[in-house]
Amino acid sequence: MIAPTDVSSALQILLLATLALPVVGALVVALMPARLDRGARIVATAFAAVTFVVAALLALPTTRDFGWFDYGGTGAPPVAPWAEVDLAWVPALGIDFHVGVDGISYPLVVLTGLLTLLCCGYTVWKVPAGGSGRTLAALLLVLEAGILGTFLALDLVLFFVFFEVVLLPMYAVIAGWGGPERRRAARKFVLYTLFGSVLLLLGVFTVVAAAGTGDLLALAGGYGLSRTTQCVAFALFAVAFAVKAPLWPLHTWLPDAHTEAPTVGSVILAGVLLKMGTYGLIRVGVGVAPEGAAWAAPVLGILAAAAIIAGSLVCLRQTELKRLIAYSSVGHMGFVLLGIATLTVTGVQAALIGNVAHGVITGLLFFLAGAIKDRAHTGDLAGLGGLRESAPRLAGLLGFAAIASLGLPGLAGFWGEAFAVVAAVERGGPLWITLAVVAAVGGALTATYFLRLLRRVTHGPATGAVTGIPGVAPAEWLAWSPLILLTLVVGLVPALVLAAGADPVAALTGALR
Amino acid sequence: MIQAVNHVALLPLYAAAGTALLVLVVELAFGRFHLLTATAGGVATAVCAVAVPDHAATFCGGDLCSWTVTPHAGVMTVIFAGLTIGVLALSAPALRRGLAPVGEFCFLLTCSMTGGVVVAYAGDLISLIVGLETLTLPLYVLVGLRRVRASAAGSSAAVTFFLISVVSTAVALLGAALLYAATGALHLDALVEGSGPYESLAAVGAALVVVGFAFKVAAVPLHAWAPATYDGAPVPVAAYLSTASKLGGVLALAAVVQRLDTGPLVAVLAVLTMTVGNLVALRQTRMVRLLAWSSVAQAGYILAPLAAGAAGVQAAYAYAIFFVLLEFVAFGAVAALRGPGTDGGDLDDYRGAGRRSRWPGAALVLAFAGLAGLPPGLAGLFAKVAVVASLITAGWGWLAGVVAVNAVIALAYYLRAAALLYAAPQQPVIHLADTAPAVVLDPDLLHRAPSVSRTVLAAVTVAAAATIAAGFLPQSIFDALSG
Repeated sequence: MIAPTDVSSALQILLLATLALPVVGALVVALMPARLDRGARIVATAFAAVTFVVAALLALPTTRDFGWFDYGGTGAPPVAPWAEVDLAWVPALGIDFHVGVDGISYPLVVLTGLLTLLCCGYTVWKVPAGGSGRTLAALLLVLEAGILGTFLALDLVLFFVFFEVVLLPMYAVIAGWGGPERRRAARKFVLYTLFGSVLLLLGVFTVVAAAGTGDLLALAGGYGLSRTTQCVAFALFAVAFAVKAPLWPLHTWLPDAHTEAPTVGSVILAGVLLKMGTYGLIRVGVGVAPEGAAWAAPVLGILAAAAIIAGSLVCLRQTELKRLIAYSSVGHMGFVLLGIATLTVTGVQAALIGNVAHGVITGLLFFLAGAIKDRAHTGDLAGLGGLRESAPRLAGLLGFAAIASLGLPGLAGFWGEAFAVVAAVERGGPLWITLAVVAAVGGALTATYFLRLLRRVTHGPATGAVTGIPGVAPAEWLAWSPLILLTLVVGLVPALVLAAGADPVAALTGALR
Repeated sequence: MIQAVNHVALLPLYAAAGTALLVLVVELAFGRFHLLTATAGGVATAVCAVAVPDHAATFCGGDLCSWTVTPHAGVMTVIFAGLTIGVLALSAPALRRGLAPVGEFCFLLTCSMTGGVVVAYAGDLISLIVGLETLTLPLYVLVGLRRVRASAAGSSAAVTFFLISVVSTAVALLGAALLYAATGALHLDALVEGSGPYESLAAVGAALVVVGFAFKVAAVPLHAWAPATYDGAPVPVAAYLSTASKLGGVLALAAVVQRLDTGPLVAVLAVLTMTVGNLVALRQTRMVRLLAWSSVAQAGYILAPLAAGAAGVQAAYAYAIFFVLLEFVAFGAVAALRGPGTDGGDLDDYRGAGRRSRWPGAALVLAFAGLAGLPPGLAGLFAKVAVVASLITAGWGWLAGVVAVNAVIALAYYLRAAALLYAAPQQPVIHLADTAPAVVLDPDLLHRAPSVSRTVLAAVTVAAAATIAAGFLPQSIFDALSG
């Protein structure tokens, strides 16, 4: 039996290691000589693997302390993190190095660790043209550090700092290893998202100046900020995160970035980078400015429903594989934002599971799209006809991922979308019922365009581009199987994602009532 | 009347002025060791600045002193000394090749450093203006100082700079005179708003002083001299102009605006400076001009918190320090990538330079990221955070918004320049007479990385290390500033 203090200090070490390992790994990999390029990529994968294991271990105490469905009757549950580290960093600017993990951030932290591991492993097998493999692997690790920091930060200013960390590495990944139009796409990505993050900066200091603290735990529930401050802050936060998520109509950077990014870049971008926006909206937007959130919820809900419809309609007309998946992300993130906009426990939980499911499924879809484009040298749907004839396994996997993405019950994509609609109905009133109906119609459209994609790609006679392409390589099976497995597991046992998040979600949304 | 002089408080000045004299003597006596003497003198100045006890003062009449030791004065003196040593290191290869007379160069630069020290410690308006003149006067010569006259750019730059500077000093002096006439105060601590019939006179005086100093930081619309001067000057001198000279201007401005209400004027200058600087920088095709316009824009970010008066001074100082570090790294990296005796060149000359010279390229990327306010240039991120935080806290939210929008515009040109460093080199084509153009198969043979002098590399490395350290421990700078 381990004493509780030992547990917490061990957890603190794990927490710091989760952030430090990718940084150290990136430095080591970047400094390795050019002739050891493959070795450097293997080292990067090893660092990513250790980070993943360490991140996964963060949940250790919770399995013992409370059961999966222990909602308890103790009144308002506190938003206490399982583990936290709080060090003064820049008192002059009110920045504490305050990080911690709880049920909201944990699934995303593990997802980040997993996807980075898979992407690093993928670069060992294949480096996209453009630059050296070890630089790419080092950039992936830096990205991981930034994303993990954003999810773990419990200080508002620290959250902003980590939010900024990912900008330039992602720019470099797209601009260095991307497709023919990469520079323009990368520039668009970075300018859009910087625009979002400067708004975040303004919002952060609007709150910090009014409250005198940046501690997210203290700020959760509004901290007695005036209604005006909350509304201003939430408006800034909402636009900032809407650019990142992205929410229609601020999404236009996303399709270009995805189309041009290398496979690993797309996977990280869709899998976890976008989640920084939705996570931020839950943790920072709703958490810090609940009154502002209540004030802006109808607008957010309408935009989310519009995003679902717009994303689906655009997808119906897409002829390029990666672009189609990118636009489908707009629709899926619309469901997540709709869930958040309802400000109910069901809605926010739907958003959390939608986040994770989208990360897993879209990560898989981009891996598959990248593999197909690498083989056929085209992403044009018309040129990919008859894939089932020439590469049956690849076509089968694409079918599986597409069906998961369109929300078939029993697979991961179902829960987030279904319960976002349920939450909107529960919220009641003509507006939310209408939004629920619109979202449901959008869900049906999602099914339409994915089935259209499958019909185009997998049926009919094999075109010249797909004839004789190689099948799925062992390295690819290795990279993809965890995602396939997770799609099934999360679909069958959604409680895995939700159980630990129940208390903090109740605390965050409970502040509204 | 006999005034007691506190010589301990004056130690930094003695060290700096002594260095300049010593360099002159060494030049006459030995004809060599100038660089060594000047560097040692710079170190001595920094050591003296650290050693002087806080809140010492001298040249006092009653409570008011013309020479006051404040925490920020010590920090700024250390930075002036560091920049002087850095610029000496950057110029060393060119000086060794005899591109400019060594003795004169070192003497003028250390004179300029002396002016910086005076600005940092000045306790009254006249000392401040004299210090500022001592800081900039040697620079007119340095801008045009070279043995071989490569082009008219250097001398025309020097003349432009000289004329503009003289006018700005005259304006500042007129402002000081009007202030004195209206309020009877010259000591910074005694500066007050005018009252009664002299109110408007004092306001005009304050505005003129601000305008005069704004020339020195190249604030729009008083900026026109900067890009031409920077581009015409040797790269190390341009580095000094955009760091030390600008820092002097910031110190002078901060001394005035924290005591007199010039908020609206400074706010207008700040908005114009950052917006115009960034928009024009977008269209630059020459490296040093791009850096010049970006440093105009950066001056706008420094001016912004000064609009809030005393509440923003700490943030402005912090921003200035982070900016000076990053700017020096940028110019140092340019000097390293270009080699001695060359100018900054066109942006296209940098295509693929980061692939050929790994570390100078990385330093330039770090500097660009920092100037754009993004990690890995954490120093620049904290600088922006400090400015925005102080503006919002002081109730100038709209100005913080302008700063934020400008940060987005600025990223566009920093990215363009940084991405070019890693772009694939274009296949160069050599046109031979009467034959088809010959394609060069191995472009690296044409673009061999220039061998970088060790002193330049050391200067860039130290500056980059300081920048990284400041990025991770920004609190140390805030602590040093507040004493």
